[in-house]
Amino acid sequence: MSVVSDTIGFLTDSINYNGADGIPNRLAEHLLYTAETIAIGGVIAIPLGLWIGHTGRFRSVAVAITGSVRALPTLGLLTALSLIVGIGLTGPLISLVVLAVPPMLAGAYSSVESVNRQTIDAARSVGMTEMQILRKVEIPLGLPIIVGGIRSSVLQVVATTTVAAFVGLGGLGTYIINGQAIGDYAQMAAGSVLVIVLALALDGVFAVLQGVATGRRPAPQPSTA
Amino acid sequence: MIEYRSIEKTFPDGTEAVGDFSLVLPSRSTTVFVGSSGCGKTTLLRMVNRMVDPTGGQVLIDDVDIATKDKVELRRSIGYVMQHAGLLPHRTVIDNIGTVLRLNGASKGEARERSMAILPTVGLSESEANRYPSQLSGGQQQRVGVARGLVTDPNILLMDEPFGAVDPIVRDELQQELLRLQRELDKTIVFVTHDIDEAFLLGDQVVILRTGGVVAQVGAPAEIIADPADDFVRSFIGLDKGARSLHVEDRDGVKVLVDGTGKAAGVLDVNEPA
Amino acid sequence: MTWFLDNVDVVRGLFFRHAWISVVSTAIGFAVSLPIGWYANEHPRIRGASLAAVGVLYTIPSLAVFVLLPPLLGTGFLSVINVLIALSTYAAAIMVRSTADAFGSVSPAVLDAASAAGFSRTQRIFQVELPLAGPVLLAGLRVVSVSTVSMLSVATLVGVSNLGSLFTDGFRRDFQTEIVIGILAIVVLAILLDLLLVLAGRLLMPWSHAQAPVRPARRLSLTKGTAA
Repeated sequence: MSVVSDTIGFLTDSINYNGADGIPNRLAEHLLYTAETIAIGGVIAIPLGLWIGHTGRFRSVAVAITGSVRALPTLGLLTALSLIVGIGLTGPLISLVVLAVPPMLAGAYSSVESVNRQTIDAARSVGMTEMQILRKVEIPLGLPIIVGGIRSSVLQVVATTTVAAFVGLGGLGTYIINGQAIGDYAQMAAGSVLVIVLALALDGVFAVLQGVATGRRPAPQPSTA
Repeated sequence: MIEYRSIEKTFPDGTEAVGDFSLVLPSRSTTVFVGSSGCGKTTLLRMVNRMVDPTGGQVLIDDVDIATKDKVELRRSIGYVMQHAGLLPHRTVIDNIGTVLRLNGASKGEARERSMAILPTVGLSESEANRYPSQLSGGQQQRVGVARGLVTDPNILLMDEPFGAVDPIVRDELQQELLRLQRELDKTIVFVTHDIDEAFLLGDQVVILRTGGVVAQVGAPAEIIADPADDFVRSFIGLDKGARSLHVEDRDGVKVLVDGTGKAAGVLDVNEPA
Repeated sequence: MTWFLDNVDVVRGLFFRHAWISVVSTAIGFAVSLPIGWYANEHPRIRGASLAAVGVLYTIPSLAVFVLLPPLLGTGFLSVINVLIALSTYAAAIMVRSTADAFGSVSPAVLDAASAAGFSRTQRIFQVELPLAGPVLLAGLRVVSVSTVSMLSVATLVGVSNLGSLFTDGFRRDFQTEIVIGILAIVVLAILLDLLLVLAGRLLMPWSHAQAPVRPARRLSLTKGTAA
């Protein structure tokens, strides 16, 4: 199949490893945007989610927002914000953050909710402050779910960053968009393969992190009731 | 007549639930298996409709080895009432009762008609017919369960702790109604319970089981109370602690089961006019 | 607004196209996920492995799949078949977990009772398990339906037209109104399909909305399905 050999040709051609449009640079861009977005989104979503989970306040609002963002088309959000904010990376990055928040928010509040109520009750009854309960009980016990939320968010952002190449963000999606524009299928396929490898690799990393978080969690204590 | 012949049951994980159990359950009478959890009573009951197949021995119904019968057909011919009623949550009361009729090929109309007809027998009113199980109280659900077991007019009725999950007052009521029903219908009932009082109240024949399906004593309630086979039975029926307030008294020639307050809890002689 | 009125036929055409592609993909994905999820639930040993396998599928960014499918399938690049297959696969990938959970949510006691009443294995699957799995299946289906509608718009980038075409066109022409109308149309479609699913659920499963006399039936499994 010439498609396969063309694609391999693109991926192995040393020309494609130099300069702004080289694979290393595009990969670095993709990773950088993902990292930035997750960092900004995480700073917003995780504390907020923990607070919602701990207090139970605004839970239904959070659930509703998380659900409705799912209906929001990523491409629509990207193009709209890019036009509204104007030329530059701000518009696309805001879009990415908007999409990164819901999974992390859901992970954070469900992590707290997953902790046995009796355990929290016990912590309160031995005299822990609310902050201590959160830091010493709820977060450690709920950590695997928090990491799980970050994991979904990372996948969402990697996929959306690919699409964001359409509005000029750069990253690996650029090969798909440029290839489409000039009818170079090998370039599109190469970009797709790279994105898939990146997504699987990052998912693998987070699977390991999630495993570590689960493994470090103390074994559940038998109920004292 | 149901007969167990040298029944053995070892589960795939190696647990021996029953080892060498033989017993005859006479027709048109109630046999109660009673024992603590793990004594194999439910396993024995479920062998009658082949929900469990023995690993050794035979179960015979009217002298026919049921292993030769089709499982599904067999189950449709035997009434089964279980704890929490086991109703299908997505079907209305009337459709739950008619389940087996429909499985046996009855038309929707016929199943409905026969199911409606049995409602009064189990103390339900027509207004409950179109409700879903979740809309009924535990006691009402159990009545529906009994109706479902009876609607096909089976010769055999299996009851697996049917009243174990309802509150004591409702349980009393249901027990009394079962006694009344049995007087009218004359089924061969196999009943499982861990409650010895319930066993003595309902059973014509009571089988007290130890762990592993070992029979500690078989007999009519009066015989067991009057003459416990050993210390295990004595302790199980509560005689050793003096806690067994339930005892047999002869009142005007009728053997009456009497509880601690002197109140009659049941009549032992079934042939005695009420 | 003027633009919308001038182009109402175009938008309507894209809307219906978007609707049928989404509905067909969701339906195929659902149909495929049913036996897989059921089987996974029946066999706990392969449950974990099969769920992980479909999880990996879901990890792959959609745009990459839209690009790579045509040569794999031998279909034309602009063929709607690629998009249908890609979206159905995603739908199935999300749905398998829901179907496994749905069948797992059916109370073993009810299944036992059904067998004891004399349901054959096949009768039990279709007359007891499937209807009782309904509420959790519906919850999963609602999630899938919404995400399929949203995901389809990405296919515009490889040249398959749908409501997402309003985004690319609006962006190229620097025309925000067109994009906003596209977003609104997609959200409206997603809500519409969701309402249809809820309505179908109410009609098909009247029992799941029956009022309990003492306290409402536990809906834990349902909310879990929605959040997943």
